[in-house]
Amino acid sequence: MAAAPDIDPMHQFVIEPIFGSFGHNNPFVFTNSALWTLIVLGTIWVFMFGGMKRELIPGRWQVAVEGLISFVDDMVNVSIGPQGKTYLPWVFTAFVFLLFANLMGNMPFGVIAAAHPFTVTSQFTFTGVMSIITFAIVLGVGFWTHGLHFLSLFVPKDAPFIFKIFITPIELISFLVRPFSLGLRPFIAMFAGHVLLDVFGNFVVQAINAHSAGGFAVTVLCFLFIMFVSMIELLVAAIQAYVFAILTSLYISEAVNLH
Amino acid sequence: MDVASAKLIGAGLAAIGVGAASLGVGFVFGSFLQSAIRNPAASDGQQGRLYIGFAAAELLGLMAFAVAMLILFASK
Repeated sequence: MAAAPDIDPMHQFVIEPIFGSFGHNNPFVFTNSALWTLIVLGTIWVFMFGGMKRELIPGRWQVAVEGLISFVDDMVNVSIGPQGKTYLPWVFTAFVFLLFANLMGNMPFGVIAAAHPFTVTSQFTFTGVMSIITFAIVLGVGFWTHGLHFLSLFVPKDAPFIFKIFITPIELISFLVRPFSLGLRPFIAMFAGHVLLDVFGNFVVQAINAHSAGGFAVTVLCFLFIMFVSMIELLVAAIQAYVFAILTSLYISEAVNLH
Repeated sequence: MDVASAKLIGAGLAAIGVGAASLGVGFVFGSFLQSAIRNPAASDGQQGRLYIGFAAAELLGLMAFAVAMLILFASK
């Protein structure tokens, strides 16, 4: 049996220039990440405007769009309360973008020929900037509406004084870690899932190349596992978008309502 | 011990975290079902918290998996 070629599952995350190059100190390079961001945004645009006909008897498309909007609207109103409508645009944007980017990154083929699907949310720069926007809203709203009283968020209410001394630093550290954990979650879920699919896809090919009965059994098992993981990936893509949206609205709710 | 074998041992150790996270995910859904069967009327309202708990537990396992994969494939 020939030596198995090296598996390189990190290659799928490499950002490559499509127009222009990274040399010459050129900051404006059109990369595969930029291309797939545009494809995702275009898909969202087509989906949303296709369903905004405002017909009295909605068709299937309009029901899908209105269902999506009312789903996020309910979530925001339940978490934040009567002021939730103010923050609906950002929560809805984040939810829909993460959902579409995660789902379209799972596609096994490209929409445009020769353009390999690239999961834009598998880069921490994307999800990290989204979580920075969330915390800019949290800090801005918190300090704007409550002033320095916003800092009472870290002090537990109705607790004995000795507890407050210990719990306040813990709450502060927990608050400081939140931007990282919020941005890390969608990124690491997409990253790990795609690496898993890539590694087991390589196992399928290598086991076929072994030309033996045991190799064939390994191929079948790995292929079934890939199908299972692909389904889990679809579930995770939706759950991560949902969790990002609901955590964003919970954090904003803390800034608006203070406890 | 050369670097290549140390890498494999490190990746195997990092993969323990994936199993530990599976305990966490099982615990989240198990305790949800326990209380949901006791009070089925209230269970629908808690689905959001269920998925938050699931995502938090799963994230840690995925991080362990990502560390294992980084040790195996990304570190030269």
